[in-house]
Amino acid sequence: MATVLEPDRTRPAFLVCDGNEAAAWAVALSRVDMVAVYPITPQSSLVEYLAKLVADGDLPAEIVDAEGEHSVLSVLQGAALAGARTYTATCGPGLAFMFEPYMRQPGLRLPMVMSIVTRDTLTPQSVWGGHQDAMSVREVGWIQMYCETVQEVMDTIIMGYRIAEHRDVMLPVNVCHDGNYLSFGATRVDLPAQAEVDAFLGVPNINWHAALDPSRPMAVDPLTGGAGGPGPRTFVKYRKGHCAGMQKALSVITDVHAEWARRIGRVHAPLVECYRMDGAEVALVTIGSMTGAAKDAVDEARDRGVRVGLVKVKTYRPFPVRAVVDALTGVRAVGVVDRSVSFGWDCGPLYQDVAGALGHAGLPLPSMSFIGGLAGADLTPGHFGGVIERVAQLARDGQQGSTVWLNEKD
Amino acid sequence: MHEIRIHGRGGQGAVLAGSILAAAFVEEGKHVVAVPSFGFERRGAPVASFLRVDDKPIRQMTNIYRPDCVLCIDPTVARAVNVFDGIAEHGTLVQTTSKPLAELPLHERVELVGLCDAVALALAIFRRPITNTIMLGAFARTTGLVSLASLRTALTRSSFRDAGLAQNMAALEQGFEQTAVHRIDRRAAA
Repeated sequence: MATVLEPDRTRPAFLVCDGNEAAAWAVALSRVDMVAVYPITPQSSLVEYLAKLVADGDLPAEIVDAEGEHSVLSVLQGAALAGARTYTATCGPGLAFMFEPYMRQPGLRLPMVMSIVTRDTLTPQSVWGGHQDAMSVREVGWIQMYCETVQEVMDTIIMGYRIAEHRDVMLPVNVCHDGNYLSFGATRVDLPAQAEVDAFLGVPNINWHAALDPSRPMAVDPLTGGAGGPGPRTFVKYRKGHCAGMQKALSVITDVHAEWARRIGRVHAPLVECYRMDGAEVALVTIGSMTGAAKDAVDEARDRGVRVGLVKVKTYRPFPVRAVVDALTGVRAVGVVDRSVSFGWDCGPLYQDVAGALGHAGLPLPSMSFIGGLAGADLTPGHFGGVIERVAQLARDGQQGSTVWLNEKD
Repeated sequence: MHEIRIHGRGGQGAVLAGSILAAAFVEEGKHVVAVPSFGFERRGAPVASFLRVDDKPIRQMTNIYRPDCVLCIDPTVARAVNVFDGIAEHGTLVQTTSKPLAELPLHERVELVGLCDAVALALAIFRRPITNTIMLGAFARTTGLVSLASLRTALTRSSFRDAGLAQNMAALEQGFEQTAVHRIDRRAAA
């Protein structure tokens, strides 16, 4: 399906750009066939960059300006069933408006990459970053990966297609980058060569299993379920297959990151990254762009003799239970920092997952939930210094406190 | 590491100035992270943009609270926000103003000041008070942290084209030429 670019088309070797522009270039490098978009802050400039790349001939894709996010994803589902490699990006209220086709995409086992330029959810009114939108759809059955840097945004979108289209996976991938801090934060980004990306991604085969194709007529998404006939077992077969695809994705994600490092030369931790965990007695668990400031705080604390390390979760769905447990085995206390809220548990959702993984593994470590960076709030090394101090105290006295809200006084 | 905070007003291009300056530093092999502040943006409201530059990779994607350099691309934004908030010892101020140094409120930690009447220059070049690229020239002249040549290259690689590029190139160079740099000896003043 992919249109062949003019062979002499030159691409910059690097850009100084923000995460939204890096994402758009990743879409061009991935030779996406169809893009459908509806702008919403802080994703809007990503859409503008895509439109510019299409207009300039750098992205020979069909771009659909749909009338809303519900149509955006519905259009792309039709395109994917016709064999197209597809992309969109949204966030916050846009993701909410997309929810009905969003639920359908993984069940249809249609691979695609969709960026969530994460934004806190309404209400109170806010247009700024936070993981609440992406976290609110964590159980819909999409793969979710969260980026730490602008370079990782570009690399993960390209890797996302390889993961999504893998025969053992066949699931859509959300590449999440933090609204404001990564969407508008600019730095140097190196572009992989088009030939390298082509060799890495291979020729897509999106609709071998379900197609809108006159030469292969079939009923797509037939009615199943109910309490009689073949319905119940068919429904269970779909659900079990979906769960199996999610679990197989863990090793596929790991392999794809390893191959990226081999071919392109840039190493990104696939599931979790362990930073200064050797001999660590206390551990922070982080997710997304907050991790840079947290690593600086870990270095400062290590310089003062505090034996602290950090575990960053990149792949959040499927949750890498084994990798998280392995990373935290040996520490005496854990502090998990979330950029969103689990209203059902009065803590952060990542904390809930980490506590669940530790309990599941029979590793009942003292742990605490820290919530910060909501609705665009800044998370600085100073905030993480406070978290480290609190978790070090937890390691000493084992007294778990209730959830700590990091920007309460900002 | 240098921490630079750019103050302006919505619509003047403070964020674009940050990204052009970032590209110029990258030209010189530096590591750089530029993060715009965000709040209740609208045309005319005070805005800020943050830039970190270092010889080694920068991990923090955060705002700046202890700037060693403050770049003000608007003549009156200092009346609306405290542009000196958290400024480091031996700080630098690069300010667009038509006033002489003696009439400007300064912070006791500021030791290097670059003054440029960027609004007058902008009205001559653009017929609009768009001061961002002029003040990048003023920044280079005052601090010496980045060369005019690197800023020229960064501007060429930006989204400016044709007549707009030529105007902004002229703006950059006039900002560099028409900036008066003052060193303030704080020990003598004390």
